[in-house]
Amino acid sequence: MIGLLASVLDGILVGSVYGLAAMGITLIWGVMDVVNLTHGAMIVAGMFGVYLLVGATGVSAYAALPAVLAAGLLAGVALYWIAIHRMIGQPPLMSLLATFSVNLVLIGLGTAVWGTVLFNVPASLPGFRLGRYTFPGTHLMAAALTAVIAGALYLFLYRTRLGKAVRAVAANREAAELVGIPTTRILALACGLGVALACVSGALISTLFPFTVLSGDSYQLKSFVVTVLGGLGNPTGALVAGVALGLFEGLATPFMPVSWTLVIEFVLFVVVLIAFPGGLLSVRLWRRARAR
Amino acid sequence: MIVRRPFFWIIGLAILVFAAAPLGKDVELRESLLLAAVYITLASNLNLMLGYAGYVNFGSIVFFGLGGYFCVYCMGSLGWGLGPSLLVGGVSVSLLSLLFGLGILRLRGVHFALATIGVNEAVMAFVTNFQPWGGSTGIYLSTGLFQPLGGPAQALWTIYYLLVAVMGLSLYLSYFVKSSKFGVGLLAIGQNEDAAAVLGVPAPRYKALAYSASALLPAIAGGLYFFKGAFIQPADAFDLTLSTEAIVITMLGGQGTIFGPALGAYLYEELRGWLLTSPTFSNFQLVVAGVLLLLIVQFAPGGLMGMFYRRWPRLKRFLE
Amino acid sequence: MSALLEVDDLGKRFGGLQAVGSLSFAVKEGEILGLIGPNGAGKSTVFNLINGVFAPDSGRVGFRGADITGQPPYRVARLGLARTHQIVQPFAGMTVLENCTVGACFGRENLPLARARAAAREAAVLVGLGDRLDAPALHLTIAGKKRLELARALSARPALLMLDEVLAGLNPTEVARMIDIVRAIRESGVAILMIEHLMQAIMSLSDHIVVLNSGRKLSEGPPAQVASDPAVVEAYLGDPGLVQGRGR
Repeated sequence: MIGLLASVLDGILVGSVYGLAAMGITLIWGVMDVVNLTHGAMIVAGMFGVYLLVGATGVSAYAALPAVLAAGLLAGVALYWIAIHRMIGQPPLMSLLATFSVNLVLIGLGTAVWGTVLFNVPASLPGFRLGRYTFPGTHLMAAALTAVIAGALYLFLYRTRLGKAVRAVAANREAAELVGIPTTRILALACGLGVALACVSGALISTLFPFTVLSGDSYQLKSFVVTVLGGLGNPTGALVAGVALGLFEGLATPFMPVSWTLVIEFVLFVVVLIAFPGGLLSVRLWRRARAR
Repeated sequence: MIVRRPFFWIIGLAILVFAAAPLGKDVELRESLLLAAVYITLASNLNLMLGYAGYVNFGSIVFFGLGGYFCVYCMGSLGWGLGPSLLVGGVSVSLLSLLFGLGILRLRGVHFALATIGVNEAVMAFVTNFQPWGGSTGIYLSTGLFQPLGGPAQALWTIYYLLVAVMGLSLYLSYFVKSSKFGVGLLAIGQNEDAAAVLGVPAPRYKALAYSASALLPAIAGGLYFFKGAFIQPADAFDLTLSTEAIVITMLGGQGTIFGPALGAYLYEELRGWLLTSPTFSNFQLVVAGVLLLLIVQFAPGGLMGMFYRRWPRLKRFLE
Repeated sequence: MSALLEVDDLGKRFGGLQAVGSLSFAVKEGEILGLIGPNGAGKSTVFNLINGVFAPDSGRVGFRGADITGQPPYRVARLGLARTHQIVQPFAGMTVLENCTVGACFGRENLPLARARAAAREAAVLVGLGDRLDAPALHLTIAGKKRLELARALSARPALLMLDEVLAGLNPTEVARMIDIVRAIRESGVAILMIEHLMQAIMSLSDHIVVLNSGRKLSEGPPAQVASDPAVVEAYLGDPGLVQGRGR
């Protein structure tokens, strides 16, 4: 029983990082109605970013995080201009394919350079003992950093003018344009933030588990499940849903092979989409104006 | 009458060219045409959902893989002949897709696209754990199974002709659907599903039919393809690369047209062949596909056929 | 004889807002019924409730004797009820003829493709688009798109046509033409339920008027009677003493 509890608690820690990743998706989805299918590639980019920085400079993985965040921000802005800008307002199919194509390019380049070998980032911290079980220090650190980053995002969105502008554009882009907000720049910024979140969550995951160039896929899938569970455009929901998913994985992994957990998460994904289009947590932090 | 329209005969001509080109002995040409035929089959059937109804099926490979599994299993473990195995595969996969469709076709746009990936992943996970189908190791077929078809060499030719036939049927299916009331409804759904419903288009039923129809021929093609290789495993059968390439091909050639997927398949295969032989680019297959797709989506969403039709509108009388 | 369309005690709530409440009215065969009311009165919602876009919370909708309450739009259309939208929604990638063919294929008569094209052509000619059958819907003017929306709905040869502000955004000449078209449609045997803000138009076209305010029926009757009803004047102009006798 304690074993199960330990597994669940550990799941919650890891789940918070999933929540962080999902915040990246929900931010872009909420602000510009675009599903970012390069999310997985950006998570992998974060992983390799840390790996390369640690390898090149010998700093600890955690010290590399700010650099990864900054790089993610730039990458996201670039992604906006390369693939998304022309797709705003077009049928969702088109922006989907646009971000998908960038994903193909990135993963293709990644496999060309690094193959499909497993990589590891050296990161170890003293763990926390609870009876017979030790919670890995890395897991605790990852959860703590997630809280810090999520907190910073909140402060930005709710306590700064720029954050308010982002929320305005999310609520009603035309109205925001009319009151003088430079919507295109805000969209680019939001994209930058979303990708930065993906990269930094990838960086954190790299301290927890080994990874390959192709790992992005399964984390992207998890991110989408979490996003949908938490409700589109709802960052709190994403975080909570991430923790919930981690909880579920903690409960399930002792009992079934890993490949089945992914299947169940998918079935959950489809069921939630059909039954609760607003996500399990239907409280939306930013209301979207709907013209009827 | 459809038979009087030139395009009907153009398709027929294409089939003849495919069948006759290797002249019964050029194996290298046959293999390359076989791959093209597979691409055309996958792309044309994908087009029913993507080009007509506007629903992207990222995981369409699941039909191909499942069809392969059904056929290989029926032939290897149950000892059935090729014909019945292919038929069982095709019908089973169509029925299964109807079942999946009931669930995921309620979703629109993006959600549907993501769900199709999920379906593929779920089926792959299931098959990987399904011992009667060889689990993660897969199923090997003994070469003895080629005997009833006249030995391995002859069997490969038969398989090729059958695949060409499946390709032809796919093109004809696309054509008949587009010229039918069913096609009108699908195209309306693709333009504006809600407005179509208000006009009386029975959207749920039509989408389910299109999804199921788009599964049949790829399933049979999968059966032929994996029988030919005498081996099937989950990693190959459900590899998203092929369905991704099918999407790129359809968009490249022109979604919603019939000739588009065929043209796109031909060009893509040429490109791919060149890339594979070029020393610098052999690892960059998907990169090139990605760049292509990005450019098409942003600058030429109608694909090549879209560009041709804009330049020469009269072409629409002969091609579709 | 029983009515073609019967709306009985219809109600719909959106969150805290009662968009439509206890609404009852009927449309007779061959009749033009006008639905008017200030902005936000719930008129388009009534349309959405009738043709199945939303399911009502309470009440019943009967069409040609059958209960269509909460039925999905495509089933309602198949029974012979067609509808246009306030914000036109043409199939942008198709031509005028192709747009109308969609309507003709899936309406009450369930026509095969060839006959559907013929019916589509007729409807397009009736609304005055006969010279532009092969034009892409994208290239039409607003007036053209409104006529296309109308033709598309007509192609299904419905028994009842619901028009949602079909005159909005048209200049006076176009309005006059559209009024003639609406009359011609009624002559051909189709009953019409129309929402309209242009008072003069709807008062002269309608046989019967229903006035909605805040989701509830305020008044009902022949146009002249409704126009001089003080409650109606108050709802529109705010002061029942301002009875001018006529709309704009």
